[in-house]
Amino acid sequence: MPVWQILFFVAAMAFLVVMSFWSVKSFRLTPDFTFANWIKMYGAGYFQDTYLRTVLYASLAAAVSSAIAFPCAFGLAFRVSPNVRRLIVFMLMTPYFTSYLVRSYSWKIVLTENGVLNTLFGWIGLGPFDMTSNLFATMVGYLTLILPIVILLQYFSLVNVDRNLIEAAHNLRCGRLRTVFVIIVPAAKIGIILAATFAFILSFGDFVSPSFLGGSKPPTLSILMVDSVKSGSQWPRAAVVALTMVFTLLVVAFAALTLAYGSGKRGR
Amino acid sequence: MILDRTITLALRFYVALVLLLVFAPILTSFVYSFDANRYAAIPWGGFSTKWYAAAFADPDVAKGFRNTVIVALSSSTIATVIGFATAYTDYRYRFFGKNLYLALALLPPTIPVIILGLAMLVFLAQVGLSGELYTVVFCHVVYCIPFAMALIRLRLSQMDPDLEAAAWNLGAGQWRTLREVILPFTFPAILSALFLTMAVSFDEYAIAWFVSGFNETLPVRILVLLQREVSPKVNAIGSIVFMISMTLVMLAQIALMVRKPRRQAG
Repeated sequence: MPVWQILFFVAAMAFLVVMSFWSVKSFRLTPDFTFANWIKMYGAGYFQDTYLRTVLYASLAAAVSSAIAFPCAFGLAFRVSPNVRRLIVFMLMTPYFTSYLVRSYSWKIVLTENGVLNTLFGWIGLGPFDMTSNLFATMVGYLTLILPIVILLQYFSLVNVDRNLIEAAHNLRCGRLRTVFVIIVPAAKIGIILAATFAFILSFGDFVSPSFLGGSKPPTLSILMVDSVKSGSQWPRAAVVALTMVFTLLVVAFAALTLAYGSGKRGR
Repeated sequence: MILDRTITLALRFYVALVLLLVFAPILTSFVYSFDANRYAAIPWGGFSTKWYAAAFADPDVAKGFRNTVIVALSSSTIATVIGFATAYTDYRYRFFGKNLYLALALLPPTIPVIILGLAMLVFLAQVGLSGELYTVVFCHVVYCIPFAMALIRLRLSQMDPDLEAAAWNLGAGQWRTLREVILPFTFPAILSALFLTMAVSFDEYAIAWFVSGFNETLPVRILVLLQREVSPKVNAIGSIVFMISMTLVMLAQIALMVRKPRRQAG
């Protein structure tokens, strides 16, 4: 196993670092040691804008998906019979492994100008709304990718919340909503944070939603990266973008883990 | 009490709504793959299988499909074998650098696929391996190992640790124990890992897009089609892809469930 992963994974990632210092001379890659790619990319206004935009989009996706997922995960954990629960968990696991590409394309059918949703709106005298090639469409795409996972992660931590704690809160006349926010959310903190982190990581690196649903304008980092590879041989610049993304994700992941496990040190 | 009922109902309704949202794209794709109209709209254009016919007639799609099947079968088999070895090593031995070993095994899916794709393309082009079908297999194996490893490792941790020792005491050698105790016990997980990694590889578009060169797999074909035109053919291809990968994922989940009652009984 280690041989395989070192050969095709570690070596590839390491080479990406090396590549980012190479140069492109008359459309050919040349081994070199230059900071030109880094300086060029980091100095470019469009790169800085894109970076910020991508971070914002991914944060928004994480927040929206967490908010949509929570009542669902909560309902699953506390208000549904065990058999139904198992069935739904089973159902939610399936989409993660089925073609995300086609699923996000299907949204286009639903959302386009003369699409399904606008026709429905038309019947009740609304619209047509412009729902493709914008942030809304991109978010719908991100949600397609991350919502099932966010629900599942939140759910797994919610079912493990000690029922006695909730019972005790009720006995002490803690109101329903207050119990949710004062007892249940803190007890399920780890799962909720991990879910949001996953949402961030997945949407940060996603290429399909911002390009096919969001219309690539304005681009995200992943689009920038793919463009520099596919149109033109700017591999070293693509490497710079990719490494920046990896680094950002590492920072986010560590921050999230510290936030989730750090304070309190309660073990599991 | 009435309030409690209402909350329960509301939450259940919400769960159903979210499920609908999650499955809406899959349903839409199915419905419109049988639509006679070129542009999907709400008055359905009538039942037609012409988009399926168009999809089957497209030589690129046929070639992509064949490539995908080859890649999915080979990479799932290799990944499951390596995943089993990794899981068993983790279960059985303690050694220096084990955390690093596990990180290596589990890390790849946490890195965005397009970055993995880029890194692999850049590296494999340099060593002269890029653009072939086996290149895609190599890369998919990297991406699939963690899934296989996690499933099998989970199953191993459910095993009674004394079983292995008992087999040794009864005179079974290392290999025989592995063959007659460990393998039968982990068999459901192995089967499940095989199906799951097959589904993962079957649907993987980003890595394949970067490294496959002219040997496009079906998801790459879809990606190219999506960039070029909006055609209901994509719905037809997509529906077939959904059917196959959902079947695989369900098989993977069923494989894990089947043996459970027997284990609890015996």
